[in-house]
Formats: sequence, C-alpha cells, structure tokens
Amino acid sequence: MSFLQIKEVVKTYDKKVAVDHVSFDVPDGTIYGLLGPNGAGKTSLIRIITTITRPDSGEVLFNGEKLAEKHTSFIGYMPEERGFYKKMKVGEQLVYLARLKGLSLADAKQNINYWFEKFEIMDWMGKKVQDLSKGMQQKVQFISTIIHKPKLIILDEPFSGLDPINANLIENEIQLLKQQGVSIIFSTHRMEQVEEICDQIVLINQGKNVLEGDVKEIKNKYKEHLYNVRYVGDVKEGVEKFGKIREHLNNNLIINCDSAQHANDLLKWMIQGGVQITSFNEILPTISDIFIRKVEGKI
Amino acid sequence: MDKLWLIIKREYLTRVKSKSFLLSTILTPLAFLIFFVIIGFIIGYESKENQKVVIVDKANLLNKVMKDDKNIYYSFSDKNLDELKKEVESGNYNGVLVIPGLDSLLSKKAKAYYYAKTQLGLDAQSNLENELGDKISEYKMEKLGLDKKMLESIKTEVSLDPEPISASQKDESSSTAAVGAGLGTVMGIIMYMSVFIYGTMVMRSVMEEKMSRIVEVMISSVKPFQLMLGKILGVGAVGLTQLLIWMILIPLISITVTAFFGINPHEMQAHSAMAAQSIDPDDAKVMITRMLTEVWSLNWWLILPSFLFYFICGYILYSSLFAAVGSAIGDDLGESQSLTLPITIPVIIGFYIMFAAVRAPQSSLAVWGSLIPLFSPIVMPSRLVFDVPVWQIALSMFILLATTFFFVWLAGRIYRVGILLYGKKASYKELKKWMFYKD
Repeated sequence: MSFLQIKEVVKTYDKKVAVDHVSFDVPDGTIYGLLGPNGAGKTSLIRIITTITRPDSGEVLFNGEKLAEKHTSFIGYMPEERGFYKKMKVGEQLVYLARLKGLSLADAKQNINYWFEKFEIMDWMGKKVQDLSKGMQQKVQFISTIIHKPKLIILDEPFSGLDPINANLIENEIQLLKQQGVSIIFSTHRMEQVEEICDQIVLINQGKNVLEGDVKEIKNKYKEHLYNVRYVGDVKEGVEKFGKIREHLNNNLIINCDSAQHANDLLKWMIQGGVQITSFNEILPTISDIFIRKVEGKI
Repeated sequence: MDKLWLIIKREYLTRVKSKSFLLSTILTPLAFLIFFVIIGFIIGYESKENQKVVIVDKANLLNKVMKDDKNIYYSFSDKNLDELKKEVESGNYNGVLVIPGLDSLLSKKAKAYYYAKTQLGLDAQSNLENELGDKISEYKMEKLGLDKKMLESIKTEVSLDPEPISASQKDESSSTAAVGAGLGTVMGIIMYMSVFIYGTMVMRSVMEEKMSRIVEVMISSVKPFQLMLGKILGVGAVGLTQLLIWMILIPLISITVTAFFGINPHEMQAHSAMAAQSIDPDDAKVMITRMLTEVWSLNWWLILPSFLFYFICGYILYSSLFAAVGSAIGDDLGESQSLTLPITIPVIIGFYIMFAAVRAPQSSLAVWGSLIPLFSPIVMPSRLVFDVPVWQIALSMFILLATTFFFVWLAGRIYRVGILLYGKKASYKELKKWMFYKD
C-alpha cells in the first residue's frame, strides 16, 4: 500500500496555478525523487505535504488517512535553506524541535544522545549553532529531521555543501531508514544523485506531473538503443547498416541501433569480421537526459 | 496547547537567560539612581570658600545690620570707594557692595553695585538680592510710618481644599492633583516604553526567524498562529519580569544608597525643589511628606490590577501589530521604517493625550482617550489615580479586550502568509491581501 497518496491536488497563488492536478503515490520503504525545474511547483507541493499549507482542491492521504495536524509528528522535513536559531545551543535547540514534534523531554534527550554518539559529535552539544560550520549545521539539521522517528521524511537538497565523507554518512543513514520502512521524498537538482539513490521518481513541470515511476523502468522506457562496443582489430566498412553512428574512434564505437535485434546483428557481423570484442553494453539514458528532453517537450 | 506552552517557555527562557537581559535589568535602575545622586550632589554643592564683603551704605538703608549668608561675611565701612577698591585688590576684602540712596520711597526698583574681581555665584547673588530687598522694604515701612506687623498680615496664602458632594465620594486633599499628575505620567511613560521596547523585540524576533529560515521548520510542526502567539506571550512575560524586578530593585537600591552614602533622598528632592522654585526648605519638606501620604492613601487595590490589565492588553495589542509587520519585512531593513511608522503614531498620540489627561482628568479628551482602544492603554492608567467612574473603566477594559482579540486574530492571518513569502515588496496594500488568503 502506498504510504503517501497525492490525489488531484491543486494549489493556486494569486491567480497563478502552482500545482495543477498532481497525483502520485509514495510507497513504504522507498526513496522517492521529487524532480523539476525551478519554479515548477515542487516547493508548493512540499509545503502541502508538510501541512504548512492546504490544497485548494484534491486530497493527500497519509497512511490511508486524510492528512491532518496530528500527522506532523510522523513527518520530518529538512528544507533547502538551513534554518536555525543561531544563538541557541545545539542540544537545547534539538530538544525544543523534538518536543514540538511530540517527544517527551526524556525521549528527546535520549534520541539526541543516540544520534550524537553515532555521528561522533557529542562535543557539539553545548555549542551555539552559529559557531558551527555549514557542514556541521547540516549534519545537526539532519538529526533534527529524523529525531522523532518519522514515517515520512522530506529532504530538500540534503547533500548540498557536504564534503564526500559527510555526504556518504547521510546517504548511509537514508538507506538504513529506507530499509526500516520509512518513506523518503528526496528533492534535488543533482540528477546523478537521483540515479544512485532513488527507487522511484516524479517529474513536475509547470505544476503538472509529466513523468513518474520506477527509475529503471523509466530509463528502459526512454532508451534509445544506444550501445557502446569496444574492440581490438579492424572493422570493415558497413557499420552504418546497423544504426546511426554517434562516435567511432580509437576502437570505441557508440552507435544508435534501430532495435536490440540490430545490436545483436552488429555484434555477430563484427565477430564474423574477425574483430575481438572487449566490451559491449547498452547505454541507458540518464535521468538528466530524460529530464531535459521531457521539459523541452522532445519526448 | 502543549506546543504553545513550549514556545512560550523557549521565547521566555532564551531571553531571560541572556546577558543583555541581565545587564539591562540591573543597569537601568542603577543608571537612574546614579543620575539622581549626581544631580543631588550638584544641586546641593556649596562652595566652601569664605568671602568678605564690605558694604558702603551712604543712605543708611540697612541700619548697619546685614545677616551673614552661609560663607559670606559682611561688614560696613565709611571709607570712600577708591580706597575700598584698593583693599579688594590687596586681598582684605573680596568685594565692595555699594548701596546708593533711594530716589523716592515709592519707587519699586533699586539698584546696588557690587565691585569685585570675581562676581558672586548665582545662589549668593539671588540670596543677597532677596535680603537687600527685605531690608529696604523694612526701611521704607519705617519711613512711611507703616506697621510691619500689619503689613505682613495682609499677605494671605490660599490653598484650595477639594470637598466631595456625597458621602460616598472620596475626600481628596489639595495635593491630589499634583500627585495624580505625577503618578499618572509615570504610568503613561511605562506603557509607552513597554510598547516600544517589547513590541519591537517581538518584531525583531519574527524577522530573525524569517531570515534564518527556521520558521519553515517550525511551521511544519506548529501552526503559524501558535508560533506568533507564543512569541508575543513569551516576550510579554519577559517584560513583566523586568518590571517586577525593577519594582523591587529600585526601592532596595535607594535604601542601600541612602545607608551607604548618607544621602537622604528626601533632602535631595527637597533641594531640587528648592533650587527649581526657591521654596523655603521647611516648606519643601512638608510638601514631600504630604505628597507621600497622598500616595499612600490612593486606592491601590483598584489601581494596581487595572494598571496590570492595561499593561498586558496594551502590550499584546501593539506587539501583535509588530509581529504582523515583522512577517512582511524581508531582507530590506529600510522597509521596516515605513511599515512600523503607522503603528508608532497612535502610541505617540496616546502619549500626548495622556499629558493633557493628567491635567484635566475628567475632560472629554481624557474620557475619549481612555475609551479608544489604541490610546486607552496609555491614557487610562494615567487617570486611575483620579476618581474615574467605574463604568468608564469597565467600558474601556471591555473595548480594549475585544479589540485586542480582534487584532491578534488579524495579525495571525497576516503573519501566516508573510513568513513564507520572500522577495515580495511589502506594503500595507499587500498585507491587506494576505488577510484574505485562504488557509
């Protein structure tokens, strides 16, 4: 069953339609990518999911129930702009935020200690937020997002500004959470991250849902039968029979075949011609490619 | 409700535990008291230097008698002026006072001449003039054949004693008006300052949250209205705390200062009163005592709770407006002035109405000023020491309470939109639109 269901949600601001009849479902234990160009309506959508604003029409179902105030204790939200009370101490601030999510004082402290020990940042507890570096603040903010053990997490560009080590740390945690059954909505412009991490995605453009589904399935759907062949030896004239050549240099051939069958035939023909194949693979389109082509209306 | 309480607690504790709170709470009364001590010293300061003045009284108006004034010693001489001037130069005397004869016994003015290297100070000069004036009056009385005693009985000092019409009315004394005006002004000033100090504290906090983006995280957990109200109440509690501390600290410090430095604040006040109006020192002391009794006799059971009510409501009313405006201000701090000005104008008008109200507490300006909700928190407290009809107080409180609820609700509607909008040029037209946005 889908944990979060968005059904025909519409949101208009001052005569501009920010969210235009958008529907999609986020299953349990999934990392779900929310993609789209700037101004597409992602932020408006996120604000509806986090109950900051309400849709003009349509509905949002949270674990089968209509989304309501009480669900905020089960939602964790990390906005793109890191936000903190600068002069407050880290420990105090996390306790405050956790308690606003419904945790008792004792539970809040316990959870904070757990995470600070896990991330090995215990000595930051008494520091003021403004004394931490940007990366450090982000780690702390991540903790504040998950401290109340939410069932749904929305992360808006969580890795921006993090060095590879910390980015890896956060990513591991996200994967762990997914395995525990948490639904994670991940909004980003970094397409390579989407490929690495997301299971499913939805692409929003001009307030509309233009693409959604499993990442692998989408890549398969929009594949162009692009193949990459590396070989040793000489290839005879006639490669063009099998498709459009994108690149052919230094024993490296990239060719757009008309179908998978043609690719197979190409291989057979090359082998028969005495060429030794060192590698052969299909190049699936990147999410970035698909994104651009979709937004530009080419597909 | 728990969330509201959590927010109030945080807003309160973070401010009360901060260094700036401790400093301002302790330093402000101290600064005031040090100010008064210094003024007291300056006013009470007397030059200890002795001065010898020789008087040339050709017409013998003074009859060879002149009272020595503090450290000025007078003596008479028949020598001529040039000789005496030389004696001043050689240091035998500090100055020569020449009193020419009167043109006529009926002339109202007289001139005397003081020859010296350094002139007398202001106090000494005025004392001398008064003393000379008295002595010349005596001379005239004698010469005109008038009886001094009879003349003195002509002067009559009138004091107006207010009397009630019915038995239930309070019997006021003649100092009530003065005391009332003083106390009223103090209360009005406290209200005025609280609105500005704590109201702008709320506004700055709203702006900080908006600019640091913490507000987005906050309102994914709490409703915007809860956040705004929590902030208003938390800051209000800080204000009340500070006020309470001052009400305890100021008397304590006065007592300590009195004990340590041996300065009697009553004497100090008497001194300043004297210097300001040349009142007789004994009269001044009597006045102060009368004023204090007057203060004690006031109906504090009514005044204090009412003052508290106006303080709380007035603060909440104005700070909700400040919160709404703060939510509209983006990074451009220049905008803040044009937006906060319309809020400060009623406060200032109220302040001026208060000044008029303490001088004419039953005038229609005063009455209307105590009923209109934007002015009443400042005007009504200043009238409480005078006999304000209970129905007026009740009506004023009711109107203020209703208006406060309304304004808080209105501010909430503006706040919830403003905190999420960035980059939009804030103006009152915009704010009006936000009131009607659907949730």
